[in-house]
Amino acid sequence: MRNVWIICRKELHGYFVSPVAYLLLTMFALIVGFFFWNALAYFILAGMESQLRGQATPMNINEDVIRPVLSNVSVIGLFLIPVMTMRLFAEEKRTGTIELLVTSPVTDTEIIVGKWLAAVMLYATMLLVTAINFSFLFRYGNPDWKPLAIGYLGLLLQAGALLAIGTFISTLTRNQIIAGAATFGVCLMLWVLDWVSGYDTATWAKVLSYMSVITHFDSFSKGVIDTKDLVFYISLAFLGLFFTARSMESLRWRS
Amino acid sequence: MITVKGLTKRYARNTAVDHISFEVQKGQIVGFLGPNGAGKTTTMRMLTCFLPPTAGTAIVAGFDVLEQPLEVKRHIGYLPETPPLYPEMSAAEYLEFVGKLKGLSGPLLRQRIDFVTGRCNIDDVKHKLIGKLSKGYRQRVGLAQAIIHNPDVLVLDEPTAGLDPKQINETRDLIKSLAGDHTIILSTHILPEVEQTCEQVIIINKGKVVATDTVQHLQNRARGVESVLVEVAARNNGALDPAAVQCRLEQVAGAGHVLAKEKHADRAVFEVENRKERSIRADLARTVVEAGWDLNELRAAAMSLEEVFLELTREETVAPAPALETVEKGAAQ
Repeated sequence: MRNVWIICRKELHGYFVSPVAYLLLTMFALIVGFFFWNALAYFILAGMESQLRGQATPMNINEDVIRPVLSNVSVIGLFLIPVMTMRLFAEEKRTGTIELLVTSPVTDTEIIVGKWLAAVMLYATMLLVTAINFSFLFRYGNPDWKPLAIGYLGLLLQAGALLAIGTFISTLTRNQIIAGAATFGVCLMLWVLDWVSGYDTATWAKVLSYMSVITHFDSFSKGVIDTKDLVFYISLAFLGLFFTARSMESLRWRS
Repeated sequence: MITVKGLTKRYARNTAVDHISFEVQKGQIVGFLGPNGAGKTTTMRMLTCFLPPTAGTAIVAGFDVLEQPLEVKRHIGYLPETPPLYPEMSAAEYLEFVGKLKGLSGPLLRQRIDFVTGRCNIDDVKHKLIGKLSKGYRQRVGLAQAIIHNPDVLVLDEPTAGLDPKQINETRDLIKSLAGDHTIILSTHILPEVEQTCEQVIIINKGKVVATDTVQHLQNRARGVESVLVEVAARNNGALDPAAVQCRLEQVAGAGHVLAKEKHADRAVFEVENRKERSIRADLARTVVEAGWDLNELRAAAMSLEEVFLELTREETVAPAPALETVEKGAAQ
């Protein structure tokens, strides 16, 4: 555990002494802020309209503001995750520092988990910044905090799974750009896979749709923890980290 | 301290390291010498548990590289060919990270960082970013990294590659000064480096050990064809005819090729090949004096390690045999 923490701190140091972390935080805050503003503007407009018409339409801030914004955040995450994972191993392989890590008395698993954990913590920091938006809802309205918390849990789980896949792809190359582009492609694919369910209900379509990371976020955004989705994210994260470990092992045989 | 038996590394197409065996005693500096691509780095990577061997065993500091890699890693310090540095860290931050990675903490870690920065002369740059350091300083930070946990064994892959002559000398002195506390294996393709820093040499070529010996012995052995240097001077400051001297020397029984190395007005130096089993020095001395010249100097010509090295790695098919046999083959040609 101590070794995981040593590696994790080193990676966080790497994120925060370079502009990467600040760039990601700024971009994420701006984009999410924009989505939030839009959702809120529509919500207020709808409220005013219903008042003008003099009839009370049922409105729910959780359903109409928090849920769509969280769904958007989960998609924006797909675009930023490659930037967070692309250097994790590719850079170490390029500069040769991987030799230092591998010849130190730490296990491969500790190295991998440490690096992945750093990426997850950076993502958690980014999510924390977006939470500022929602704090205004609590200041002026009365939303339910539980669905929001569950939504954030879902976002973190989804990111954990995608970051594990990104970490794996980063071990495959010594070129950061390739690692980033490949991760981006995979993330995008995992998002659009569920579109097949729109026109086909055959078994293969259901399977493809099930593999999409976005469909599994739906229940979280509604404030529901579905075991099926929980298992999906956690097993995808494990799979990613497992592949990373195998890939690191094979590095030594191929080299 | 290090025992290597039949260590082999095979890739899909080629064999990088082929059944090499050697032993290194505690506290020695051993030079790992070979042309580029001979398998030096691969061997070192197997010793440091970076690569697993295809066959054979290596025992470092009492632990097997395959069975107990974590223990081996705890007892080994490794400086790869390019120092594994993070440019975005300062030297002090970097050493702290490596120290922790090697299992140090608290006051001991502080103490070791102070010690290695002093030892490697990087005190004045330790708060600078590594990315901003010169190549010489980076190499020293790399060396500091390798000794931070006071390892029993130090593995240094081409520690002086790419440095300027002054830095090379400093690095060599530093390595020599480390020898007492650590057992050191260093690889190089620069020969004078081995002559100057190492006690023992392992010459490898095409993945095979060609020779293992002390530097002293190897130089002697490689003198398969013993040559004798003779300096002849004319008596009473007269003029000397080098051609005449050369002619006389060639007539000595057992003398082979005679090469005039230096020619002056009153003296000349010749290198005479000794073809006979016994030494021809006495015969040479007698011949020179009897011919009416002065004999200024008569000594065996030592072969530099460079010549030894070329001799040993020259042939296309080198048997993985002891040095003597190979050298004799070379001599027979």
